[in-house]
Amino acid sequence: MAYRHFEFIEKHAWLLGILTAVMVSIGGLAEITPLFIMAQEVKPPEHVRPYDPLRLAGRDIYVREGCYLCHSQMIRALRFETQRYGSFSTADESVYDRPFQWGSKRTGPDLARAGGKYSDEWQHAHLMDPRSVVPESNMPGYPWLARAPIDADDIAARMRVLRRLGDPYTDADIASAAAALEGKTEMDALIAYLQGLGIANEPQATAGETP
Amino acid sequence: MPNTEYYNDHVVRLFLLASAVWGIVGMLIGMYAAAELAWPGLNLDIPWMTFSRVRPDHTFGVIFAFGGSALMGTCYYVVQRTGHTRLAWGKLAELTFWGWQLACILSMATLPFGITQNKEYAEPEWFIDILIAVVWVSFGAVFFATLARRRIRHIYVANWYYGAFIIAVGLLHIVNNIAVPVSLTKSYPVYSGVVDAMVQWWYGHNAVAFFLTAGFLGMMYYFVPRQAQQPLWSYRFSIVNFWALISMYMWAGSHHLMYTALPDWVQSVGMAFSLVLLMPSWGSAANGLFTFNGSWHRLRDDPAAKFMVIALVFYAASTFEGSMMAIKTVNSLSHYTDWTVAHVHSGSLGWVAMITIGSLYAMAPRALGRPAMHSRRGMELHFWLHVSGTLFYVVAMWVAGVTEGIMWRATGPDGALSYPFIDSLLAIRPLYIARWFGGFLIWLGMWVMAWNLWYTAADARKKIILPIPVPIPEPDSHQTPAPLPAAT
Repeated sequence: MAYRHFEFIEKHAWLLGILTAVMVSIGGLAEITPLFIMAQEVKPPEHVRPYDPLRLAGRDIYVREGCYLCHSQMIRALRFETQRYGSFSTADESVYDRPFQWGSKRTGPDLARAGGKYSDEWQHAHLMDPRSVVPESNMPGYPWLARAPIDADDIAARMRVLRRLGDPYTDADIASAAAALEGKTEMDALIAYLQGLGIANEPQATAGETP
Repeated sequence: MPNTEYYNDHVVRLFLLASAVWGIVGMLIGMYAAAELAWPGLNLDIPWMTFSRVRPDHTFGVIFAFGGSALMGTCYYVVQRTGHTRLAWGKLAELTFWGWQLACILSMATLPFGITQNKEYAEPEWFIDILIAVVWVSFGAVFFATLARRRIRHIYVANWYYGAFIIAVGLLHIVNNIAVPVSLTKSYPVYSGVVDAMVQWWYGHNAVAFFLTAGFLGMMYYFVPRQAQQPLWSYRFSIVNFWALISMYMWAGSHHLMYTALPDWVQSVGMAFSLVLLMPSWGSAANGLFTFNGSWHRLRDDPAAKFMVIALVFYAASTFEGSMMAIKTVNSLSHYTDWTVAHVHSGSLGWVAMITIGSLYAMAPRALGRPAMHSRRGMELHFWLHVSGTLFYVVAMWVAGVTEGIMWRATGPDGALSYPFIDSLLAIRPLYIARWFGGFLIWLGMWVMAWNLWYTAADARKKIILPIPVPIPEPDSHQTPAPLPAAT
C-alpha cells in the first residue's frame, strides 16, 4: 500500500475512526462469536441443576466478598493440578455461574472441588478466624457473616432475573425460595455454597448427590 | 495578525490536579492491601477494610481514577496542540471532568461495601457503568469534534492512539458490562460460565491494551519528541506499529485462560497473537527511544526525559515478558502466581506510571504558565524513589511467583506432590513485606510530585496566568476548517 493511501486516512478523522473501530472489532468477533454459538449447543448434563436458593444466596455472598481475588475455581488440565485439586474443570460445570468465578490468582488454594473436603464446623471456624485452624494462613476473617441474617425478600427477585437469563427455575422453585432461607445467616449460605463446590455441579457426580 | 483564540487549559489543569490526588489515594489503598497480605491482622475484621473488598478499590483507583484522569487531561492538551485549535465544546469537556470524577468517587465508595459485579477491572455495578458510558461517549465527542476543527490537516500520530483508546475502551466497556439488574446494588451478567470468562478476559486484556497501552502511547508519541526536542525517529514506522498493535491486541485476551475449560483452539490463537504482538510493542518502544538519538545528554539535566526513557525500557521489558508468559509452557508455571502480579506492576508502575509522570512534568509548567517545574531536585528525588520502589516491587514478586510456580508443581520420586499449598505461602511471606516496602517508596514519590505540582501551580492558584493563544498557521487553500477571520 502506497503511503498516499495512509496519508488519506490520516487526513480524515472520520475514516481513521471507522477503520480503527473495524480493526479492533475483528479479533473479538473471531474469538467470541464461535463461543456464543457453542454455548447455545452445550447443555448442562441432566442432573446439573441451577443453584438452590440457599447456595445461590451463598454464591452471591462469595461474589460480594470478592473471594475470587485469592481463590480460583478452575483446575487446569495439568497433572500437578489434578493431583492437588481433583479432576480438571470442564465448561459445563460453570453454565450457571453468573459471573464466572474462575479467578486469576491463587493466594489461597483452588476451590473448584473444595466441597465436602472439610466439615461444616471447620468451614465455620475457618471463616470466623482462619488462623484458629490454619495458623500460617494470611486469609482475612469474615466474622460478620455469622451475624447477618439473609435478606429472604430479595431471593425471589434474583431467581426471576436468572430465569429471564435462561436458568431453568420453575415457579415452584421461586415461590418456595424465601422459606428455604428462613432463619439462615449469611455464614450458613456461604458454607452451603462452598460445600457444594465440585459436588453438586459436577457432571461426573451421580444424580443422587444433587439436591 | 492579532489572535482571537486561546487554548482551553482550564480543563487540563483540573485533570492534572485530579490525577495527582488519585495517584496518592489509589497507591495508598494498594499499599494497605499489600500490607494485609503480609500482616493479615490488618484486616481488623472490618468488612470494608478486608483485603478482598479493598483490592478492587486499589485497581480501580490507580487504573481509572489516576490513569484515566491523566489520560483525559493529556488527551485534551495534545489534541489542541497538534491541531492548533481550541478544544471543541468546552462546557461538555468540563462536564466530562466532573462526570469522570463522580464515577470514580461512586466506584471507590461502593466497592468496599460489596457492591460489585465481580469482574476484574470492571467491578463497579450497573448504575456506575451507565454513568461511565455516558461520560466516555461525551469524551469521545469532544475529542473527535476537536479533531474536526483542527487547523493542521494531517492528524498527528498521538491522536490516532488517543482515538483508538477512546473507541476501543467504549466498545469493551459496553459489551463486557451488559447485565440485568436485580436491584440498585446487584445485577447478573447476561453471559455465564465459559462465555463470561472469554468476554471478561477479552475486556480485561484489552483494558490493558487500550487503556494502559494505546492511551499512554498517545501520551508518549507527543511528549517524547517534545521533551527530546526533535521529531519522532520514524514516522512511517509508527504507522505500521499503530495498525498492527490495534488489530492484534484484540486477539490475545485468551492467553489469560490457558489450560482452562476454554476451547483449546481459542487458547492457541491467543498464544500465537500474543507472540506476534511483541513486534508492534517493541516497534513503538524503539521508535520512542530512538527519538532521543542525538539528544541523550538531556537525560543528565531533565528528569522528565529520564522518566520517559525508563518508561520505554519498562514498556519493552514488560511486553517481552507478556509475550513469553503467553507461551503455554511458561503460562503453566506463571498462571495464578505472583509472577502475574509482577508483570502487571512492571507494566503499570514501570511503563504507565512513569510515562504519565514524565508527561505530567513536561505538561504541567506549560499548562500552569511557568517556565519550569518548581523544583528540579524534587523531580530527581521522585525519579529515584519511583525507580527503586518499582524494582523492589517487581523483583520481589518475580521471585515469589517463580517460587510458587515451582513449589506447586514439585513432585517427589514417588510421584506425590512435595509441598502442601500452605508451604508456598510461607516461602513467599518475606517477599510480601519487600513488595509492601517497594510500594511505600513509590507512594512517597507521589507525595513529592504533589508537593512539586502545588508550588508550580502557585500562579494558577492566584489566577494570574494568561491563557495561551493558539498559533494560527498560514492560510492554505485546502485548509479545513477555514482560518479564523482576523480581529478588527
